[in-house]
Amino acid sequence: MSGRPEDTLPPDLYYDDNESRKYTTSSRIRNIQADMTNRALELLDLQQPSFILDVGCGSGLSGEILSNDQDGPHTWVGMDISSSMLAQALERDVEGDMLLADIGQGVPFRAGSFDAAISISAIQWLCNAETSDVSPEGRLKRFFDGLYASLRRGGKAVCQFYPKNSQQRSLISNAAIKAGFGAGILEDDPETKNVKVYLVLSVGGGDVTGAVS
Amino acid sequence: MKLLTLNFLTCARKTCKSTAAAFPLHPKEAELEQVEMDMNPLFITNMLPRLEWEAMKTLTTELGLPNLPAEPPSAEELADESGEPTQTLKDLHTLLMETSIASGKLVCGNCEHEYAVKEGIANFLLPSHMV
Ligand SMILES: [Zn+2]
Repeated sequence: MSGRPEDTLPPDLYYDDNESRKYTTSSRIRNIQADMTNRALELLDLQQPSFILDVGCGSGLSGEILSNDQDGPHTWVGMDISSSMLAQALERDVEGDMLLADIGQGVPFRAGSFDAAISISAIQWLCNAETSDVSPEGRLKRFFDGLYASLRRGGKAVCQFYPKNSQQRSLISNAAIKAGFGAGILEDDPETKNVKVYLVLSVGGGDVTGAVS
Repeated sequence: MKLLTLNFLTCARKTCKSTAAAFPLHPKEAELEQVEMDMNPLFITNMLPRLEWEAMKTLTTELGLPNLPAEPPSAEELADESGEPTQTLKDLHTLLMETSIASGKLVCGNCEHEYAVKEGIANFLLPSHMV
């Protein structure tokens, strides 16, 4: 007997509610994640194999794209707070190194370590402060100050994120600017439910796309 | 965790940020593994000027690996006349990209905090009183 679903039952029977949900969610998310990673890479515009920090690397879906980029391959280090996500990444045998770490506690690398940083659907989590002794502002400051220092001069970061509202969007971009970044916000498919927001950051001036509003 | 990454990693505590003793972290009870990777000569060449060579020497000594030369190789030593990777570049590739800490601890020379490494992943989560 083959294990292929196509060989067991007709699709309408095999893909019951449960299977369909599992299948659709994961492949849909993987595709969106890949699209956003490719868009971020396009915005970073790396010309040669680079050393990249992946902020909120999850199970390494973006990392795989970095490892296989035509302008690379790039070498990446990921940070994520979820040990189950990192366990998934180990299972998938990704090439990057990973840290179990909370980006709201800072970025533990010496100054000028990375050529670039990428972050897909992660930094809005910085606004969820879990305890009374840490504030979203404090966590955002620790993160952006650390990110700024960890990038080399001329380095860039692209962070795709899902702001809850316009206040949160300003809170996040202002924290980046306060850390010293040149910052711009780029929106793909604006005014639609598929809108994607990218915070484009540069160290030491340089061109950034759009203006923070 | 590749030895390359260890040449950039520092203690995560705020109080250690500006102290020289917080870099490099010192391996303890480290289990090493060799993980084969495709060689990327351009990447190694790009990274060479950014390596802290003294920290590389400390790390290899502490791990019981062969001693590194006193000075880092120059860019010219990485490729021969026809542009092919030299043995020096191959050795750097093996050391930086293929030699990893699979498990053990990384210890800060300033605050002595120990970061555990399991399955190659270092745990940098700090309890809130240490942030
Ligand atoms: Zn320390």
